[in-house]
Amino acid sequence: MADKRKLIKVYITGELFEVPEGSTIITAMEYAGFQLKRGVGCREGYCGACATVYREKGDYKLKSGLACQTVVSEGMAIAMIPFVPAEKPVYDLDELSPEISTFIDLFPNVFRCVSCNTCTKSCPQDIEVMDYVQAIIRGDLERAANLSFDCIRCGLCALRCPAEIVQYNNAILARRLYARYLAKKSPELETRIKELEKGKFKKEIDQMKKMPREKLSEKYYKREIKIS
Amino acid sequence: MKLPYYPGCTLKANARHFEKSAIQAMEKLDFQLVEMKDWVCCGTVFSMTSDDLMLQLASVRNLLRAEKQNLKELIVLCSMCYNTLKRANDFIVKDKGNLEKVNNFMYKENLTYSGKIEIYHLLSILKDRIGFSVIAEKVKKKLSALKIGAYYGCLLVRPEELAIDNFEDPSIFEDLISTLGGESLDFAYKLECCGAYQTVTKKDVSVKRVYEILNSARESGCEAIVTSCPLCAYNLDFLQKDVEEEYLDFNRIPVFYFTELMAVALGCGWDKNWSSLHFTDPEPLLREKGLI
Repeated sequence: MADKRKLIKVYITGELFEVPEGSTIITAMEYAGFQLKRGVGCREGYCGACATVYREKGDYKLKSGLACQTVVSEGMAIAMIPFVPAEKPVYDLDELSPEISTFIDLFPNVFRCVSCNTCTKSCPQDIEVMDYVQAIIRGDLERAANLSFDCIRCGLCALRCPAEIVQYNNAILARRLYARYLAKKSPELETRIKELEKGKFKKEIDQMKKMPREKLSEKYYKREIKIS
Repeated sequence: MKLPYYPGCTLKANARHFEKSAIQAMEKLDFQLVEMKDWVCCGTVFSMTSDDLMLQLASVRNLLRAEKQNLKELIVLCSMCYNTLKRANDFIVKDKGNLEKVNNFMYKENLTYSGKIEIYHLLSILKDRIGFSVIAEKVKKKLSALKIGAYYGCLLVRPEELAIDNFEDPSIFEDLISTLGGESLDFAYKLECCGAYQTVTKKDVSVKRVYEILNSARESGCEAIVTSCPLCAYNLDFLQKDVEEEYLDFNRIPVFYFTELMAVALGCGWDKNWSSLHFTDPEPLLREKGLI
């Protein structure tokens, strides 16, 4: 089936391709014949697998974003990043304490932050990355956990950081420590688990298991999320 | 009356008693220290060690955010934050080129700094805005019989342009101590460096300095030291265990933040939690002097 959209010129890892206007970087790359095995996941902006750096024509600034959420433009130069080889220490949460000293031991370079805010500018999720790093530095793990909550771990912040901090691995440690040691326990959770164990939603779950994919998909997209 | 206040990281960690005692003492003087929103690290003094604007960004970001929050000034407790913020402010305000470069870096953030935030150390506010005579009237428990050595270190009085008092012969700290009813004793090493970050890599340098400073204070008759710098407090207090091992004639001496003694004198009482953040137990001395 021929795509009737106007074609525009883009450079993918330095090579010129013509791709349909209005495509996302992922679709443009696949249109150009790339078979993506790494660096692609949900295609919905949730999984964080498709970190990409690009430069728009006539702009000196190197920009970054998710390939599934960024639309190509005429003359764009694109490089997808299939993997971020960032530092990732191994730890046992039960042996840690929710203190600054934990970060001093596991991520000493987080204290090198100069507040340049480059991480925040690079974040496709619009997270205040630098502010959660600063919260970690002063031991405010609640603030760090809340500010970093929407992180999808694409790794762009760490790639752009001049102090070479691995923000997202610090953030997940902050959220784990916060949840394990500091957050108020929710009594509702206990109640709900008991209800589930008694089979409260068994009928609905069984129904969904038998549903054809289209019906399930329709139900998913029509769902309402209630936040009380 | 409300005062916009910048805490800095150490006051949220090792020096929590500095912040808590300051807030309590200031309340007794009818001033409320209101923490500015979304502050970041001051940049610490290393930002002044090289001609690199990148290292000024932390300081400038605080000034910028303060301006965006419609603040006109920031009151700082920590000597290091005071020194860093004030120097960075002067640095970019005096050179419009620097200001422009920094503002250009804020692309995508839609922020520009005008250079109009004033930085004050709390001691200056106590002296110039509130007045020591007003504070003296509110003292409930005089620190009488407590012989105190006021330790300035480097950051309150150097360089001269930002010194909160005469940079060679300051007396603001001593005047505050007298205001609180304490006996302030001069000692030769009150302006000497505590060893600062040498503690990390060349601890013996700091140990020697701490010995000299504290010994000089002891010889002048001091029973306690006050400071406003968390790094000085750390070196002067934490390193006493090392000084003890190295110098057999050394006697331990408690190190206070000036706000702790203010809180005691103004009738806030002594918080037991503050003791746990001291490395040399201050309670025996306070008890001996009838202050707790």
